Amino acid sequence: MIPQEIFDSIKAKFPKSVLEERSTGVHDPFAAIAPESIRDVCLFLRDDDALAFDFLMCLSGVDYTGGKLGVVYHLHSMKRGHKIALKVEVPASNPHCGSVESVWKTANWHEREAFDLFGIVFDGHPDLRRILLPDDWEGHPLRKDYQVPEYYHGMKVPY
Amino acid sequence: MGLLDQRFENGNIVITSIDNLLNWARLSSLWPMQFGLACCAIEMMATGASHYDLDRFGIFFRGTPRQSDVMIVAGTVTLKMAERIKTLYDQMSEPRYVVSMGSCSNCGGPYWEHGYHVLKGVDRVIPVDVYVPGCPPRPEALMEGLMKLQEKIRGESIARKDLSMASR
Repeated sequence: MIPQEIFDSIKAKFPKSVLEERSTGVHDPFAAIAPESIRDVCLFLRDDDALAFDFLMCLSGVDYTGGKLGVVYHLHSMKRGHKIALKVEVPASNPHCGSVESVWKTANWHEREAFDLFGIVFDGHPDLRRILLPDDWEGHPLRKDYQVPEYYHGMKVPY
Repeated sequence: MGLLDQRFENGNIVITSIDNLLNWARLSSLWPMQFGLACCAIEMMATGASHYDLDRFGIFFRGTPRQSDVMIVAGTVTLKMAERIKTLYDQMSEPRYVVSMGSCSNCGGPYWEHGYHVLKGVDRVIPVDVYVPGCPPRPEALMEGLMKLQEKIRGESIARKDLSMASR
């Protein structure tokens, strides 16, 4: 299927969840999805036989600046050989997004990483805690407004 | 025993100083702690393998700090790892030495400005005897660093009574 057909079938099923779509003029055709419905959309994309997105290639966090954070999902179908991207935008003041851990297990660690480095909270994740940084780390370092601490456990951090 | 073969005349006696003997023994069997942190560890493994062959210096990697004389810090020291390195160093028995291998452990390397998670030089948590530059250093460089450490040990005097302590 070409990306536009995929987006059309999402819109047919979830008319209110697709906020924006770009199938031409971009490297990865993407659809912007409402944060609260991302899990249902992903479950549909996985289980529909014509779509059959059986592989979450990557889940990334983004800081768009201006108080907006985002999550980007790159999906691939081994069965059908097509791929798309999904984007979700959340406000930095209250960054909540649905978890797709129950759809693709690989999202478990990816979402923990996005939580660790961007502070995006994935509602419905079974074990949302830091994965890379120490448990007692303060802040989320890949946010653009992050300030490097002067000391960590008595060790000077800046050069 | 190439070093000693056919070297001694009647009586099999050799005269030397305690320092000389001990230092010769110590520098000829430097046992590093076996651990690596990043890509420098790949070069360190190459140095230990058959082509560069650290065994010919009497250098064998040991799996525990209790049996190690030297710690080769090979790679990026993250803040998370720095505390563990300090613990491992404290577990080594004296006399102990540290070789800092590569730019990351020397000064933070490419993470010196934006590395929020990287310690800017392992010498901020443990004392370093030899710094080996490079990113990563070639095996020849690491071997030269270890030979510098041997030179340092050759000049030490660990058996001599410390007179400043005796007068107390």
